[in-house]
Amino acid sequence: MEKMRIAVHKFTSCDGCQLAFLNAGEDLLTLSELVDIQHFAEAGKINLEEKVDIAFVEGSVSTPEEIERIKRIRNNSRFIITIGACATAGGIQALRNFAQYPDWLAAIYATPQTIQSLNTSTAISHHVKVDWELWGCPVNTKQVLDAIRSLLFHATPRIKNDSVCLECKRKNNVCVLVAKKQPCMGPVTQTGCGALCPTLNRACYACYGPQENTNTTSLGNWFEYLGFNKEKIAQQFLHINNQAPAFKNAGQYFKGIKIVNQ
Amino acid sequence: MQDNILKELKLSTNNSVSINVPILARVEGEGALELQIRNQQIESLQLKIYEPPRLFEKFLEGRNYSEVLDFVARICGICPVAYQMSATQAIEQCFGITINPWVRELRRLFYCGEWLESHSMHIHFLALPDFLGFNSAPEMAKDYPEQVRRGLRLQSFGNSLIKLLGGRSVHPVGACVSGFYKAPELTQVESLLNIAEQRLADCRDLLTWLASLSLPDNSHDFLCVSLYHPTEYPFNEGHIVADNGFNITSDQFENYFKEFQVPYSNALHCTLQNQTYLVGPLARVNNCFGHLPVEIHLLLQQLGFNFPSKNMYHSIIARAIEIYYCVLEAIRILKKYKQPKNSFMEVTPQAGIGYGCTEAPRGLLWHRYEIDENGIIKSARIVPPTSQNQARIEQDLHISLTKLGLNKNEDELRHYSEMIIRNYDPCISCSTHFLNLTVNRS
Repeated sequence: MEKMRIAVHKFTSCDGCQLAFLNAGEDLLTLSELVDIQHFAEAGKINLEEKVDIAFVEGSVSTPEEIERIKRIRNNSRFIITIGACATAGGIQALRNFAQYPDWLAAIYATPQTIQSLNTSTAISHHVKVDWELWGCPVNTKQVLDAIRSLLFHATPRIKNDSVCLECKRKNNVCVLVAKKQPCMGPVTQTGCGALCPTLNRACYACYGPQENTNTTSLGNWFEYLGFNKEKIAQQFLHINNQAPAFKNAGQYFKGIKIVNQ
Repeated sequence: MQDNILKELKLSTNNSVSINVPILARVEGEGALELQIRNQQIESLQLKIYEPPRLFEKFLEGRNYSEVLDFVARICGICPVAYQMSATQAIEQCFGITINPWVRELRRLFYCGEWLESHSMHIHFLALPDFLGFNSAPEMAKDYPEQVRRGLRLQSFGNSLIKLLGGRSVHPVGACVSGFYKAPELTQVESLLNIAEQRLADCRDLLTWLASLSLPDNSHDFLCVSLYHPTEYPFNEGHIVADNGFNITSDQFENYFKEFQVPYSNALHCTLQNQTYLVGPLARVNNCFGHLPVEIHLLLQQLGFNFPSKNMYHSIIARAIEIYYCVLEAIRILKKYKQPKNSFMEVTPQAGIGYGCTEAPRGLLWHRYEIDENGIIKSARIVPPTSQNQARIEQDLHISLTKLGLNKNEDELRHYSEMIIRNYDPCISCSTHFLNLTVNRS
């Protein structure tokens, strides 16, 4: 039987999610026996135009060239799976979407006109159909290998999206929000990381993105009750996954921006 | 741009030849090289970095100091620890905080993890396939199974050290201004010490094996810049020095190092008093060779390697030396580990400017923050290692390609250029990433 063909693509990102593959150790060698890796520039394989079964996409769309490239990848791929906060929600660099980006460019570059970039950083799903999204900043090896293993069995990948709180309970962590009065984002954040931050005695900062059915307003009000001001609360939401709708709306709400018809 | 995959040779109307390698594989990020050759001379040579800018310096403005470490980690997935260490140092300098000896030692351990992970990945995934004639590490693993697995073990040990203090190896969450959120348990430390001791033989074998490869020689003179500490191999502390006698403290950086934009690159170039310079493992080994432990000196003597070396191909040896150093240093720190009363201190913000400079796996990483009395960032400036190496890479290509002979065929020129560039382990997502080589000749 022909092996499943996969590709790993990079868009605007820090390369950290590709490390889910490159840090997999022995599993990477096993994976390279189970599937044909058609394109993975950092690992040394370049075959951008090849038809593949799964294209993993890291990074957000932030240049005119990237808009075109993602369309070509969509045409060549049976499934697209986004990996990480940049590809899934625009990434931390999407904080530019709230600012006057040309002014920012001009503050860093003496001749900003030679820089080819868009005023916004957007999620892959903003441009093409995405089949599955793996959240996390960064995604970990287990998430990625789980998805590939499922698809090798011709099964739909099962992606967890219950909250970090449930993971904390399973790990018997003392609640940092209740017991330590820290602005923990765990109640509105999906699990996948293993509740890393609360396990290290610190508040979760929502790098895995919103869980299903979040109640962000209630959590923000809790933070207010704990003594944090609205500006700080807005910043809690407008962080790594600032373009994820649940967090974007909550951020705007606590900034005092009312959005009608939502 | 990436339509024409690999080796496309075309003759244009003005009788110039151009070769296109639209993607440089096995580097971290997106870049291209454009080469114009006329009458057997290089007319122009441009290393183009078109990694899209993300402008971290701008969105740090207005954020609380306590968020900075989580933000700057995202600049680079391969070296987040470096970004966190330079940032925390700058913030601590601004607030007048002196960290305690426990934190100081564990930050060295944290950094050992990152150098191990980054260097081992570079040697085995990015550089070695070049020397041994493979396209990728998994391919190489079929002919060199034990060597690749040894590399994976060293990389994995590095990741375990980062996880010990940071919870995870990419964008770790454990470091905070003034220390770590939580001190590791003794049992975790003991099990890692056990693994560290098993890795010692791997370090010696790796260095011995690399020394047996016939590496090309492109020796020529260049400036090596690194941190230098009077008593130890540098991670977090020391003066910024160069091998021409230059010696300053990190707050004087802006007086001597100048960043400027070139129209063909999204990463700013940087020069030291108008000279190009090298940062990274070879620069560090050259400048700080005396501080390497006796075991390493003896092994290098046995293998017949002398430093300082101005052969950039020795950067792979320098990485293996630092891998050995990191395992020895990790053993030293893990052996005397005790749990502290507090793993961090109470922090009171103070208005001012703070500077941080540490040795990322790829070299000097300099940060400057202006912070207000409430601990809010007013401005930030970050100078990453790859942007500092850009001008040096161009100069090296000039010298080395001319030495090789510009009449060589395009395939050979391209392969040689890629190898030269990879010696620098460019981390292009840091500098603002891949190689697209165009050669034009007439």
